[in-house]
Amino acid sequence: MKARRPVRVLLVVIGLAILGLFPLLFSSPTTTSIAVFTLIFMVAACAWNMFAGSSGYIALGHAVYFGVGAYTLTLLANHLGIAAGWGVFALVPVAGIVAGLIAIPTGLIALRARRHTFVVITIAFMFIFQLAAFNLAFTGGSSGLQPPTPLWSIDAYNRNFYYVTAAVLVATFALTWLVRRSRFGLQLLAIRDDEERARGLGVRVARIKLTAFVLSAIPVGMVGGIYAYFLGQIFPQFAFDPLFDLSIALMAFIGGLGTLFGPLLGALVLESLQQYFTVQYGASQAYLIIYGVLFLIVVLLLPRGVIPSMEELIGRWRGRSSPPEADSGEPGRAGDVVEAGVR
Amino acid sequence: MSTLLEAAGVCKSFGGLQALSDTSLSVEEGQVAGLIGPNGSGKTTLFNVMTGYERCSAGEIRLRGESITRATPERVFALGVGRTFQITRLFFRLSVLENMLVATQRHEGWIRSAMRGAGSAAERRRALELLEFVGLSRLANTPAGNLSYGQRKLLELASLLVADPAVLLLDEPTAGVNPTLINQLSERIRELNRTGKTFLVVEHNMEFVMGLCRQVTVLHQGRTLVTGTPDEVRANPAVLDAYLGGADDDDL
Repeated sequence: MKARRPVRVLLVVIGLAILGLFPLLFSSPTTTSIAVFTLIFMVAACAWNMFAGSSGYIALGHAVYFGVGAYTLTLLANHLGIAAGWGVFALVPVAGIVAGLIAIPTGLIALRARRHTFVVITIAFMFIFQLAAFNLAFTGGSSGLQPPTPLWSIDAYNRNFYYVTAAVLVATFALTWLVRRSRFGLQLLAIRDDEERARGLGVRVARIKLTAFVLSAIPVGMVGGIYAYFLGQIFPQFAFDPLFDLSIALMAFIGGLGTLFGPLLGALVLESLQQYFTVQYGASQAYLIIYGVLFLIVVLLLPRGVIPSMEELIGRWRGRSSPPEADSGEPGRAGDVVEAGVR
Repeated sequence: MSTLLEAAGVCKSFGGLQALSDTSLSVEEGQVAGLIGPNGSGKTTLFNVMTGYERCSAGEIRLRGESITRATPERVFALGVGRTFQITRLFFRLSVLENMLVATQRHEGWIRSAMRGAGSAAERRRALELLEFVGLSRLANTPAGNLSYGQRKLLELASLLVADPAVLLLDEPTAGVNPTLINQLSERIRELNRTGKTFLVVEHNMEFVMGLCRQVTVLHQGRTLVTGTPDEVRANPAVLDAYLGGADDDDL
């Protein structure tokens, strides 16, 4: 516990440095393009985990907010006639806000249910939105929509998208960190462990859950907008994609559900791997097999995810190398300590 | 002395089972009241109705004369009624100290609570004092899931005290707890009572109830059988009947 804080600060500083320098060090367009997709998924997994990892509500419908963000940015850019270039990035926060607004009614409905029912309702919402995007007039149906395409050189194109997405990632991570250390975050964790008891301790569970749900939808909507702008086209099946839902959940699970850094690590590994395979072997869905295998390995060997398991390992290693203190509050001896305290 | 918490003519049924029928109970301010009765007599159901976890089909729950019949559990707690559960419920993956801090939001709004760090210095100090009070302060950073059963009961009680409720409803606080800890628990309840806290305790441990409570209510088949001092209750033939003669109605 004691040594962790400086380690974390160091990790964040190193992470920021790598984040800032990456496109300068690895400037090949293939690499920077993979990096943009990876950052998009790091944001999504991080935001998803803030809600699902903290509250224990495994939402599998965040593609709704990703798609709403993608369509919001595209439609607004086209209808307002915003010229391709930096101006369109100003719509990214708007995409986030619209996604957040959509998250209010959908969240209200889904959060009336718990556990499996909640999961099923969120999946249903994803398909309802996909179906709507296929069939409504203003979404362009199955032929999709094209946002304006900026006339940057390939290098500048990827680099600009990279830094915008990186800024969203930093903001999202800061948000999840603030939530985690706030009273609000503690209440979310209480809901995860025992919702009924949390109510009995005055936690206004309905509001807390909805707030977290909406907060987690906003960054997802923002990267949805970036995604549409980056690709230069958007189709219903990619905007509202069930694989998106599974991917971000998997990333969080693999890295460590409910941890701060877990989803970042999970998304970094999985998304860059997937993009790499797509580049190497064409746009097959062979990466799904790798997802499955990785997931099985993690569930079998590191059931709580990579980060918690590593922490435990380090903790055990430290415990062995230093002599145990008299008052370490070790679980095995907890009883004796209190029995002594009672008398 | 005035009535602090009161159930009047409460009815509650689950399908065909009438769990409570016209049950009444009142708890005077500053008192330790007991609620006993054979298994299945409706004690926990009455607790659930009084704390907003279940809705009653008829009757009223009043706190200081005001109806809280339709209040949610969150609201009931905010008004100053804390409860524990028959099967102890804690946030098992949170540390003992974090468990203590969950209830600290009682006095503030929701937006403000979202903006603030979890547990100000004063709140942490208060939480540690209360942990000291129940003898758990040395385990503050242990996950609550690692505590023994008796320690969990103590933590559950202490985590309510953080919010300083006016009345505490304890559902079988001594079940599964060793005798040393039972004495400790009953000592703590007396001490809290001296500082003005009101209690309503559901118990099967007669020695504990009779030693602690000045007024005992007996429930039988969802009805209030008798209310009186421990001596009156002990001498009442209807009570003996309910416990000894009523077994075929309840357990079997």
